Amino acid sequence: MRQVASRCWTWWALAGLCLAASLLLALMVSLAVSIGEMAIPLATTGKAVANRLAGTGFELSRIHEGIVWDYRLSRALVAASAGAALALSGAILQALLRNPLAEPYVLGISAGASTGAVSVMILGVGSGALGLSAGAFVGAAVAFLLVGLLAAGAGGSSERIILCGVAGSQLFNAITSYIVTTSANAEQARGVLFWLLGSLSGVRWPDVSLSAPVALVGFLVCMAHVRALDAFAFGKDAAASLGISVTRVQVILLGTTAAMTAIVVSMVGAIGFVGLVIPHAARFVVGPGHARLLPATAFAGAIFMIGADIISRIIIPQQILPIGVVTALFGAPAFAAILYRARRSA
Amino acid sequence: MSIAVENVSFAAGNNIVVDGVSLDIDKGRILGLLGPNGSGKSSLLRIICRLRKVQSGIVRLGEDDISLIPRAALARRIALVEQQSSTDTQLTARDVVGLGRTPHRGLLSSRSADDDAAVEDALDRVDMLHKANQLWQTLSGGERQRVHIARALAQAPSELLLDEPTNHLDIQHQLEILSLVSRLGITCIVALHDLNLAAMFCDKIAILREGKLVAAGTAGVVLTETLIEDVFGVRAHVERSSVHGRFNIQYRLGQRQSALSDLPSEGGDRTRQSS
Repeated sequence: MRQVASRCWTWWALAGLCLAASLLLALMVSLAVSIGEMAIPLATTGKAVANRLAGTGFELSRIHEGIVWDYRLSRALVAASAGAALALSGAILQALLRNPLAEPYVLGISAGASTGAVSVMILGVGSGALGLSAGAFVGAAVAFLLVGLLAAGAGGSSERIILCGVAGSQLFNAITSYIVTTSANAEQARGVLFWLLGSLSGVRWPDVSLSAPVALVGFLVCMAHVRALDAFAFGKDAAASLGISVTRVQVILLGTTAAMTAIVVSMVGAIGFVGLVIPHAARFVVGPGHARLLPATAFAGAIFMIGADIISRIIIPQQILPIGVVTALFGAPAFAAILYRARRSA
Repeated sequence: MSIAVENVSFAAGNNIVVDGVSLDIDKGRILGLLGPNGSGKSSLLRIICRLRKVQSGIVRLGEDDISLIPRAALARRIALVEQQSSTDTQLTARDVVGLGRTPHRGLLSSRSADDDAAVEDALDRVDMLHKANQLWQTLSGGERQRVHIARALAQAPSELLLDEPTNHLDIQHQLEILSLVSRLGITCIVALHDLNLAAMFCDKIAILREGKLVAAGTAGVVLTETLIEDVFGVRAHVERSSVHGRFNIQYRLGQRQSALSDLPSEGGDRTRQSS
C-alpha cells in the first residue's frame, strides 16, 4: 500500500517537475529574447511572438518585432536544441561506455566537424557547392566512421572506443591546425577560431527547423532505451544477461548520438563542456535512473546553453564572446562546486 | 532435464576455449564446474546463457535450443551472477536488485507492484532487506555478492549460473553464499575453485581441463586422488569427513613425481582419519 502511494506521489512529482522545467525553459527563452544590446521589454517580446504566431495585431515597431522574431528567438531556440542535444549525447555515452569522462567530443566527432568546416572555409573544398555546415557535417560523419572502424578493429570494448576517439580527435585537430597555419590569413584565422569555440551568431529559422526536430527525435529515441541504459550499469555482459540486445542498442544509440552531435556542431561550432558537465549535474539532482536523468539532462542542457548565450552577448559591451568560452568559464567552477558538495554529503 | 550442453565448442580467435563439451543437469540440482585457471569454466557459463556464441554444438534449456530463444525471454529463464562485477554508478542495493526485473518489463511500462514484490522478496531471501537503501559502493564484498544473487533471483529464473561466487570472500561468507545457493531450490551451475566447497554443496561435479570435459558425476566418483593429481597437479588425500559426511580433500606438500612412492596403498579406507 505504501509502495503504491509512493509510486503515485512519484508520478505527480515527476509531472510537476516537468512542468516547472518547461516553465523555466520558457522563461529563459523570453529572457534571451529580451536581453541584449537593445533591451526589449518582456511585454513587447510577448506581443511580437503573438503577432507572428497567432496573427494578433499589436502595434509594435518594425525593428523590435524584427529583432525579436528574426534574430533573438531563432537564436534562443537553436541554443536550447543544441544544449539539449549535446547534454543528452553526453549522458548516453557516459552510460554506454561506462566512463564518466565520455562526452560527444570524445568520439572525435567535433574534431572531424571542425576539419570539414575549415576545409570549406579556407581551402575552398567543394568550391561553393558545400556550405560551412555541410562541410562540418561531412567531416563529422567521416570522423565517426573512422573512429568506429578503428574501434571495431581494436575489439570494441569501452576503453578501446574512447582511446580510438582520442586518437581520432588528435588526428583531426592536427589536420585543422595544419590547414589554418599553412593556408589561412589573419582574418580567416580569427573567423575560424571564433567558429571553433562555438558561435550562435548567424543562426536563423531554417536552423531551428533542423535542430529542434533533431533534438526532439534524438530525445525520443533515447527515452525508448532508458531500461537498456540502466542495465548497462554493470557492463555489457550484465546487460545482455538481463535480456538487452547489446549490439543493437549500442548501434542505435551511438548512431543517434553521432547524428545529433554532427548536426549541432555543423550549425554552431564546437561548444565544449555541455556534454560532459550537464549529465553529471543532472545525476546529482535526480539520481542515476535514466527515466528521470534523460529529461532532466535535456532540460538542463537547454537552459544552460541559453544562459551561456545571454552571458556571451552582454558580458562585454559591443562584443560577443564565443559561447564555448562562456560554457567553460562558468561551467567548470559550477562543476567543481557540485563535485565538492557531493563529496561532502557522500 | 533442465540444461543439456551437447558437444559444444567455442573459440576466441585461434584459441579453442571450450572443446566438445557435453553435460547435463537435472532440475533443481546443483552442478559444480571445477578446473584449473583458464580451463573454460567461465566461458562455458557464458555459452550456456548465450553471452558467447558457440562454434558448434547445441545448448538446450528444457526442450528448447537456446539459440532460438529471444534474448529477453532467455533472461526470464536463466540468470547469471558474474564474478566481481561492479559499477561506479550511485545505485542502492534495491536499485541493483531492481535491474533484475528488466526482462519482465515492457518498453514503456513503469514499475509494477509485481516488480516491487519480487525485489523485496529477493532481498529478503539473501537477508539484505535491512541494507536495501544503502549505496552499492558502501557494501562489503560478501554483501555485494548477495545483492547480485538477489538481482538474479528477481529475474525469477528457473536456472541460475554463478561464476566463482565465493572469490575474494572470507570463509564465513563463502559458506554463507553457497548454503544460500543450495537452499534456493532452483537449478544452479556454479564455477568454483575450492574442491572442498564443491564436494560439500554440489550434487554433481564436472571437471574441465583446457576446454575439455575430463569427468562428470558425484563428488565420490569424480574427486579421486588420481584425478586431482592429474588435473590440478597436486597430491591429495580424499576421505569422507566425520564432521559433515561429505568428501573432504586434504593436500600433501612436496614434489609430485618424487613423492609418488610415498602415496598410501590403493584401496585404503576412505573414512579413516588422516595420518
